[in-house]
Amino acid sequence: MKRHLLEAADLDRDDATLVLDTAAQIDQALAGREVKKLPTLRGRTVVNLFYEDSTRTRISFELAAKRLSADVINFSAKGSSVSKGESLKDTALTLEAMGADGVVVRHSASGAPHRLAHWVRGSVVNAGDGTHEHPTQALLDAYTIRQRLGRLDGVRVTIVGDVLHSRVARSNVGLLHTLGAQVTLVAPPTLLPVGVGSWPAEVGYDLDAALPKSDVVMMLRVQAERMNASFFPSAREYSRRYGLDARRMAALPDEAIVMHPGPMNRGMEIAAEVADSVRSTIVEQVANGVSTRMAVLYLLLGGSPQ
Amino acid sequence: MTTYLIKGARPLGGAPADILVTDGRIAAIGDSLDATGAEVVQAAGLVALPGLVDLHTHLREPGREDAETVQTGSRAAALGGFTAVHAMANTDPVADTAGVVEQVWRLGQEAGLVDVVPVGAVTVGLAGERLAELGAMADSAARVRVFSDDGHCVADPALMRRALEYVKAFDGVIAQHAEEPRLTAGAQMHEGDRSARLGLTGWPAAAEEAIIARDVLLAEHVGARLHVCHVSTAGSVEILRWAKSRGVRVTAEVTPHHLLLTDACAESYDPVFKVNPPLRTDADVEALRAGLADGTIDAVGTDHAPHAVEDKESEWAQARPGMLGLEQALSVVIETMVEPGRLDWAGVADRMSVRPAQIGRLADHGRPIAPGEPANLVLVDPTARAAVDPAALASRSRNSPYAGRELPGRVVATFLRGTATVLDGKATR
Repeated sequence: MKRHLLEAADLDRDDATLVLDTAAQIDQALAGREVKKLPTLRGRTVVNLFYEDSTRTRISFELAAKRLSADVINFSAKGSSVSKGESLKDTALTLEAMGADGVVVRHSASGAPHRLAHWVRGSVVNAGDGTHEHPTQALLDAYTIRQRLGRLDGVRVTIVGDVLHSRVARSNVGLLHTLGAQVTLVAPPTLLPVGVGSWPAEVGYDLDAALPKSDVVMMLRVQAERMNASFFPSAREYSRRYGLDARRMAALPDEAIVMHPGPMNRGMEIAAEVADSVRSTIVEQVANGVSTRMAVLYLLLGGSPQ
Repeated sequence: MTTYLIKGARPLGGAPADILVTDGRIAAIGDSLDATGAEVVQAAGLVALPGLVDLHTHLREPGREDAETVQTGSRAAALGGFTAVHAMANTDPVADTAGVVEQVWRLGQEAGLVDVVPVGAVTVGLAGERLAELGAMADSAARVRVFSDDGHCVADPALMRRALEYVKAFDGVIAQHAEEPRLTAGAQMHEGDRSARLGLTGWPAAAEEAIIARDVLLAEHVGARLHVCHVSTAGSVEILRWAKSRGVRVTAEVTPHHLLLTDACAESYDPVFKVNPPLRTDADVEALRAGLADGTIDAVGTDHAPHAVEDKESEWAQARPGMLGLEQALSVVIETMVEPGRLDWAGVADRMSVRPAQIGRLADHGRPIAPGEPANLVLVDPTARAAVDPAALASRSRNSPYAGRELPGRVVATFLRGTATVLDGKATR
């Protein structure tokens, strides 16, 4: 494993498989236990450095670190020196001086974790940077797919929605490709980046054509404000062409699952009856997020696995 | 005034000759000149070029003296072999009045290392709304002939047309920063495969090309002079080639960094590589070199853009765009154009001195190396190679994209109207 986890490309197939296997071991070790805690990272310090509001991701990382017995410090941009104009570098040097072993960073600027990694000695884990990547989301998604379908190799994954602005999509395309899955991106052309043709993924504009060939459909959050910048004409038209409703869900193969990284816009990209259906893995994804992040922190901070 | 005898230099890379410099002019050129009392400059193996002229320099004074001053920028320019630089107007206050351009011009005179030629803003406050007093700036002591809102595009087509027309009265030229602002909102880097992967908002080539296409048509329509700043795309070169073939009075410049670097640099997320227009692709770099070689692109303009450390040591999106260029411009041209055989030394003199001087209407610069001409000269050792050390630069800022990169060419001496501004590779003041 590399020292940092900044993007999906930091993980080769062996590393990624190791993370997923470790997460599975952690799940097994904790299953049925009254005290859901492992002593692995006792005495280590993990800082959650969050420049963007993200309650779910921060809580997931916090829980992961605490279940590994690490000391956790939550450093949120609001109400700290950051809001008084302290630079990323000065914050990094402060954390460094305090002896952070791991820094989990969420930032609105693409590449901010890469900069941070230059300035701290500890391991940096990217918890989402701008419109770049969110590698632990991709790991938990891969873990969830493997758990449900029993494999990743050859699995057909269709990712639908605002690929242009999605760090989840970027990380998933990279990681799922590494793990042998076949990825298809479906979106209105305005929400696909120029240059998407160079990604290891098929690209299409027609959701109905893609669904029967999908073992996994991953719906991305679409912000209604995007219509103000003419990425699409209206929320209603978006929903009609790219939303996953019950009728469309019926076109999926029998075993296929529906995923969403959250938070959802029910009624926009995903209908309530789909989100709450048995195909939906949305709640499992949240649970798997904790074990996957435990695996990442363990492998980056805890030394080599047994 | 010191008399200099430059021994054995190769004017424009030709046969070695001695050059005698007296009273600010070239007094004689010949074999084994003897001038008693003259200070001898040993120049065997060095190439002599007319002093370089930059159409595009940010000296940051007034307003950001922490990043650069006229003094420090002048020293950087002299060390880069320049004898004249055009100081861009995006200072604070903006150089949009006779008062500000005269102040910058005077600071340049006081520094005395290069001719600092102020560029006047096209519009008041660079706001793109109404014309600045272009005539007053032209008539001032600074004798402004180049006008630019650089950093901003004169995006309003009607205003651009009026500006092009208006400056005809005093033989001025509008230097356009070609960037359609609606297409580059929030843009961080070249839009293509790499921006897609890095998640940085793309700056499409079409945003530059659309404005250049529009402006060459406007310049043709009103019979005015247009200069295009920092051309960065293959498509722009094509449009310029087409416009020139129609006889449009358009000139263009390319920066050293666009001749050498590509958007691959952005993969580090190190904002030292953030610049506007952004670094482009290998294919664009190749088209720019070809355009400079065949003369479609008239000049190299450095777009020397000093920035304080805190404006670059940050997240990519927060960092200011721009990079240093004065001290490495000639080296980059040697690396990208001379060594591959695409431009000879006469070509370097043409693109870095003669044509930019003509575009800026500078009578004393870009002249032949011949008796009677003003002694604006640079002596360069084309074989010396060294790694760039930002800490050793004369600029007050350190944002060089060439840090650690080995480049050819060392400026040994620079003369401004017969006065040595650089000797033995060191600034004389």
